[in-house]
Amino acid sequence: MIPEIGEFALIIAFFLSVVLALVPMYGASTANDMWMSYAKPLAMGQFLFVIISFVCLGYAFSQDDFSVVYVAQHSNSQMPIQFKLSAIWGGHEGSLLLWALILTGWTFAVSRFSKALPLDMLARVLSVMGIVATGFISFLLITSSPFARYLPRFPADGADLNPLLQDFGLIVHPPMLYMGYVGFSVAFAFAIAALLSGRMDAAWARWARPWTNIAWAFLGMGITLGSWWAYYELGWGGWWFWDPVENASLMPWLVGTALVHSLAATEKRGVFKSWTLLLAIFAFSLSLLGTFLVRSGVLTSVHAFASDPERGFFILMLLAVTMGGSLTLYALKAPNVKSESSFSWLSREVLLLVNNVFLTVMAITVLLGTLYPLLIDALGQGKISVGPPYFNAVFVPIMCTMALAMGVSIAVRWRETTLQSVLNKLWKPAVLSILIGLGFPFIYGNGFDARVFLGISVGLWIISTVGTEFIGKFRNTQSITNRLRQLPLSYYGMMVAHVGVAVTAIGITLVTSYSEERDMSMHKGDTVEIAGYQFTFQGTHVVKGANYMADQATIEVVEDGQPVATLRPEKRRYNVKNAMMTEADIDASLFRDLYVALGEPLEQGAWAVRMHYKPYVRWLWLGGILMALGGLLTVADKRYRQSSPNQEARHA
Amino acid sequence: MTPKRKKRLTIILALVFGTALIVGLVMYALTENINLFYSTSQIANGEAPVGARIRAGGMVVDDSVKRIPDSLKVQFAITDFEHQVVVEFTGILPDLFREGQGIIAQGKMDAQGVFQADEVLAKHDENYMPPEIAESMKKKQEAMQ
Repeated sequence: MIPEIGEFALIIAFFLSVVLALVPMYGASTANDMWMSYAKPLAMGQFLFVIISFVCLGYAFSQDDFSVVYVAQHSNSQMPIQFKLSAIWGGHEGSLLLWALILTGWTFAVSRFSKALPLDMLARVLSVMGIVATGFISFLLITSSPFARYLPRFPADGADLNPLLQDFGLIVHPPMLYMGYVGFSVAFAFAIAALLSGRMDAAWARWARPWTNIAWAFLGMGITLGSWWAYYELGWGGWWFWDPVENASLMPWLVGTALVHSLAATEKRGVFKSWTLLLAIFAFSLSLLGTFLVRSGVLTSVHAFASDPERGFFILMLLAVTMGGSLTLYALKAPNVKSESSFSWLSREVLLLVNNVFLTVMAITVLLGTLYPLLIDALGQGKISVGPPYFNAVFVPIMCTMALAMGVSIAVRWRETTLQSVLNKLWKPAVLSILIGLGFPFIYGNGFDARVFLGISVGLWIISTVGTEFIGKFRNTQSITNRLRQLPLSYYGMMVAHVGVAVTAIGITLVTSYSEERDMSMHKGDTVEIAGYQFTFQGTHVVKGANYMADQATIEVVEDGQPVATLRPEKRRYNVKNAMMTEADIDASLFRDLYVALGEPLEQGAWAVRMHYKPYVRWLWLGGILMALGGLLTVADKRYRQSSPNQEARHA
Repeated sequence: MTPKRKKRLTIILALVFGTALIVGLVMYALTENINLFYSTSQIANGEAPVGARIRAGGMVVDDSVKRIPDSLKVQFAITDFEHQVVVEFTGILPDLFREGQGIIAQGKMDAQGVFQADEVLAKHDENYMPPEIAESMKKKQEAMQ
């Protein structure tokens, strides 16, 4: 009964989304206040019914209702409750339902927190989101209902969730990532509403910016969590594989980063308006493309759990309609959008433009590398794969150049700056970062290393330019605390996010250059030394988990005679699928990780053991957290909380 | 030319130049880093180049997995049910590696006709068959009918 209620609630949500897509939109174009005012209650109703549907599916999982096909395929009565519940999004149908839940949630949030928005704008924004919801809920209902039943006979127990997914990572990574993906639909809806109404001013940018920043921060967190999860769960100690699905999340993030910056320029200076609109359209389109790539099974990937041509076709159609429609609208309306001010060659506007060009180019190179194999295959030219070296070869030079521009952009003002003042500000950070970058590989490593020099210099360049500029704010001021309070939160956000980029860059540089890894066949009592740490294998014993049996090894780590850690990696065998799983154990700290994973049992009680020394690996996720935090700090700026139009006019 | 046009021209020139540079970089990187996939039949027929980095895929042949004692060296054969190719690999095999399972190996053919793998991938589902293998097997079935 409960699953039928879920299905029924989803059908009601579908009809509400259809009405939301049509009525307020029509009201806005005919200036009918009553029709426009339907948008808010419809948004709420839509959200409510998707919640009901979602709760019903969660109930089916928690009650082990294996008559529901989706539950039977992705759960098992032995599974701990937290994994039963997160198994809701452990497969195709449920993750789409999560998509719909988050989409309608965002729609509701926009309707709730946009008091400053004129009614017609709000009506159009919510309607556009209603259109997207219509597409996705119909996708769910037509091709991928999670409530389908096995009738009349159903299995006595479930097929179990993929052991890799029975982990804390599954609880947090997909919801975060989806919050980001789907969050870009808000920016998209704002862009479409602006094009429809022809109103594209600084106020528009101020409405759209907080939503975009939040979505961008979530997406960044989602990617960071995914990287961290892959690192400890896959058992290889890798943190980024240039897997097509990782690329699918990276592309909207890159375009979203460009969007966040171009929105800042649009808000502050009224420039790059049509470009901002285009980016908003593309950020969301790439999110849809990502969903298509993951769900259609066209790519060979860890994440591709549903290979169904019909579903792929449906998403491709959604993508075609979204992109075709919005780009046509853009072509018709964008020429009317005019810049409000001019700027000179050396100005923050130009540097932001440079940032946008670089980010877009990076997104395109990732897109090329991801789609190229598909293209070649479609042309019948053979099966190929594009490996990590391609992405590294194009990414690293572009990233480094962009980092240089980042440092300059901080020293440059809006509109116009003299070259002299920029040079005055920048020469010290430049000298400092080059010198430390040159010296670092000698002190930390065993001699000069061009990669380390480049990475460290670039990271320090960003940090030192941000630092110099920040300290410069306190010249000619008596009270430091007053000044600290005067600086807008969005300024702090910018600094934190930029330092985050530097921290990630340093982390990536050091972990790729100074990691040490050893695969060994070890008997009880064997000792291996890696990077000054002695790893001693103390044998294994059997451990019983909730739904698995494991061989747990004990490995003592000693440095200079002092015990550092006792690591207990496991080799698990999950009962239901009889599937093997490596559970690595990590001694984590800010400056290095010691990482141990069990391979397989060899003859005479020996085990294959993989041991890593990973310096500064935490920094790359720390940087990701800082970037997301920066994005959120900007949103907390008080100028986004003022609702009276008069005050807003004064601030602009 | 008015200053405005001049500015526009500079922007366009910069864009064209930048695009050319990026396209060049991308094309270079692509040609250097593409791994072609070969089925075991193609390899057995000598179609795969020796010494170039390629991908090979197939099902692991039953009873073909041999370990070299006191090392992590493994030898096994993969097949598309027509021709077999011997693969050598040193290191830790993925959890889902087992006999009868579809895998993809990356590496090079050596002069003896043995595939020296530096990476072995088995995907995260026991029913999984790499699309490349599925397709080469489908082709073969069609040919048999």
